[in-house]
Amino acid sequence: MDLDLTKDQEAIRDVFADFFSSETGPERARDAEPLGFDSRAWDRLIETGAPGMGVGESRGGGGATLADLTVVVEEAGAHIAALPLVDHMVATRLLATVGACDDDVLAGTTIVGLAIRPAQDGTARTVPTGAVARQVVALDGDALVLIEGDPGAHLENHGCLPLAHRPLTGATVLADGPDAAGAYRRALDEWRTLTASTLVGITRTALDLGVGYVKERHQFGRPIGSFQAIQHLLADLPGLLDGARLLTAKAAWAGDRAVAGQTGVADIGDNEITDFATLACMALVSAGEAATTATDRSLHVHGGYGFSEEYDIQLYFRRARALSVVLDDPARECRRLADLLLAGPSTSSPPDADHLTSGATR
Amino acid sequence: MDFSLSPGAVEFRAEVKAFIADHLTTEVVDQMHATGTFNDKAFNAALADAGLLAGAVPGYGDRDPIELYLLFNELEKAGAPYDGLAVTMLVAGVINAVGTDFHRSRVLEKLLTGRFNCCLGYSEPDHGSDVASITTKAVRDGDEWVITGQKMWTTMAHVSDWVILLTRTNPDVPRHKGLTMFLVPMDTPGIEVQPVPTMATERTNATFYDDVRVGDEWRLGEVDGGWAVMGVALAFERGVMGGTNPAVPLLRHVRDWATGATSPDGGTMLSDPLLRERLARTAIANQVSQLLTLRAAWIAATGGLPGLEGSMAKLYATGRYQQAVAWFQEMAGAEGLLAFGVEDAAAGGWIDYDARHAPVTTIYGGTTEINRNNVAERHLGLPRDR
Repeated sequence: MDLDLTKDQEAIRDVFADFFSSETGPERARDAEPLGFDSRAWDRLIETGAPGMGVGESRGGGGATLADLTVVVEEAGAHIAALPLVDHMVATRLLATVGACDDDVLAGTTIVGLAIRPAQDGTARTVPTGAVARQVVALDGDALVLIEGDPGAHLENHGCLPLAHRPLTGATVLADGPDAAGAYRRALDEWRTLTASTLVGITRTALDLGVGYVKERHQFGRPIGSFQAIQHLLADLPGLLDGARLLTAKAAWAGDRAVAGQTGVADIGDNEITDFATLACMALVSAGEAATTATDRSLHVHGGYGFSEEYDIQLYFRRARALSVVLDDPARECRRLADLLLAGPSTSSPPDADHLTSGATR
Repeated sequence: MDFSLSPGAVEFRAEVKAFIADHLTTEVVDQMHATGTFNDKAFNAALADAGLLAGAVPGYGDRDPIELYLLFNELEKAGAPYDGLAVTMLVAGVINAVGTDFHRSRVLEKLLTGRFNCCLGYSEPDHGSDVASITTKAVRDGDEWVITGQKMWTTMAHVSDWVILLTRTNPDVPRHKGLTMFLVPMDTPGIEVQPVPTMATERTNATFYDDVRVGDEWRLGEVDGGWAVMGVALAFERGVMGGTNPAVPLLRHVRDWATGATSPDGGTMLSDPLLRERLARTAIANQVSQLLTLRAAWIAATGGLPGLEGSMAKLYATGRYQQAVAWFQEMAGAEGLLAFGVEDAAAGGWIDYDARHAPVTTIYGGTTEINRNNVAERHLGLPRDR
C-alpha cells in the first residue's frame, strides 16, 4: 500500500499545476464563456502532449496510466480550465483500442469528444464537448461509431460546457457487438473517474476561495472566519475533499489494474471494493457531492459577492453542478450502482483490446 | 497510489478473519448486547494467544502498523466486542509513547496478553468538551499523590485494571498547563465505580476517587504535562482504532433483511428503488470512511500522528452512519422499531440497535463540534473563536 503519488506523478502534478495556473484560470474561464472553450489554452496544451498522453506509447501516445491522468485533470479542475481535456483523453484511449486514433486526434489538433449517453433516434444528445469536437465517439445500439464533421450548435447552459447534440448521420461504424459495447462502457468508467478528479480539483479551489475570503472579510470588527457558524460550514469540507480524492485515486488504481488483467471484487458486506466499474461510479457520485457542497458553502460565505459575476466562486459553483449531472441524476447513478452491488455478476469491459481488459466480478 | 495490501498484511487480515469466524459466536455477540459491556476477556485473550495483538498497540513493536488498522477494522466490520480492547490498546500506545520502564513492565506487557483492560478518565460531570477545565485534584504528598474527584463516561471501568486519569496538579497556571496524567490501578482503595446505563444498552460508568493514593511511579508523562499526553491519546483514538466503519455491519444486516422482507408495495424491500439508492449511497460512504481511516493509519504507519486526519474520518463517518440509520429505520417502518429477539424485527433488531447507538458516535471521542473546531483552526488556519 502507498497513499502517496509516485515521484513521476508528483512531477506531472507540478508541471500541470504550473501550466494551468499560467494558461488558464478564472479570467480565462470568464472569457471563454458561454461556449466554455479556451482555444488559445488548448493550442498551448497541445504543445505539452497532454491530449494524447493517455494513449499507449506503442500507438504513439504518452503511455500515461489512468492514475496519471487523474493528476493532470485535477489541476485542470482546480484552475477552472475551459478545455475538453477529459473527454478528449478518454475518447483517444477508446479510439486507440479500435485502431482509429489518427495523428491529428492524438496530437489534439483535431478534438475528439465522447457521447456519454447512448444515441437516441439517430442523435447523440447533449454531448459534453459536442460544440467544439470535430470527432465524437458514440454508442449506437451495440455499435461503436465515429461522428465526424463540424462541431454542433452550442446549447447554452448552466455550467458553460460546450454541449451540443450531434446527429449520427454519416457516422462510421468502428466496431460492433459486445466487445464494442464493453469498450464503450470501459471508456465511460474512465470518463467517470476523470470527471470525478476534475470535480476534486473544483472542490479544492472552492474550499481555498472560501477560506481565503472569510479570513479577509471583516464584519462586527472581526474576520468572519473567526465565527464558529462560518468555521463549521467549512470544516466539513476537507473530509469530503480528501475522501473524494482517495476514492477517485482508488478507482483509477482499479482501472489500471483491470488493464493488467487483475479482476476486482465488490463485496459491500465486507466493504471490500476493488472492481473498477463500481469504484468509478462511486467516485463520480462522491466527487459530485463534494464539489456541489463545497461550492455551495464557499459561495454562501462570500455573502452577496459570491453571487456576483465579479467573484470567481460562481464559476466553480456552476461548473460543479454541470459536471456532476451531465451524465445523469446522481440518484440514478446510485441505483445503477445498486445493480452492480446487489444483483448478479457484472462485467464492465471487453476481454481483448490491449488496454481494456477488466474483470468485474463480485 | 497503491491500494493493495502487502502480502504480509493480506496474510494477517486472513488470520484475523479466520479468528473471527472461529471465535465470534452468537453467544459472544448476545452476551455483549445483553450486558452492554462491549468487551470480552476470553475473546481478547484468545486474540493475544493467536498472536494477533502484537501489532495492535499504536507505535509499538516492529509489526507493520497497518495491522493495527486491519485488526480493528475487521473486528468493527464483524460486529465483534472490540470497544474495551480498543481503549486498552490505545492506553498501551500512550504508555509506549510516554511511559517509563516501570509502566512498560507493570502494565504494557500485561495489556499485550489480552487479559487486562484499561479505561479513560478524562471527562467529568461538569467538564466534557472543555476537558482542560477538569477539577479532579492530584496533590503531592512526599513520594505519593493523593487524588480526589469524579470522572464521568468511564466506560469499561467496571472491567478495567487501570484507568488513565487526567488530574489538576496546578490551579495557578493557564488551565491546560496545570494538568497531569496518572495511570491508576483500579483496585487502589478509594475508587468507586457506579454504572450509568444508556439508551443503547451500552454500559458506561461514573467513577469516584476519594483520597486515592498512588506513588509517583504511576505518573504518566511530566508533572503538569498531562495536556501533551492527552494529545497523543486523542491522535490514537480518532480514526485509527475502529469507530469509523459502523455502517458496514448495518449495511450488511439491512441488505440481508431486504432480500427476504416483503415491501408494502409488493415485491421484496430489495426491489424498492429508494432503498436501493440508499444502500448504494451507504456503500459509497463506507468506502470513503474506510479510505479516510486508512489514510490516518497510513500516516501513523509512516511515522506521523494523524490527529487531524482522524478528526476528518470521524466527522465524515459518524455523520454518514447517522444518516444511514435514519434512512433505514424510516424505511423499515414499525418493524424497524423492534428489538433483538422480537418476531418480525427488521434486520433481526439491528436497525433498532443501530438507531439507539448512533447518536453517541458524534459525541464520544470528541464531539463533531470539537472536531470541526480542530479542522477549522489547525487545518484551514481560521482564527480561534474562543
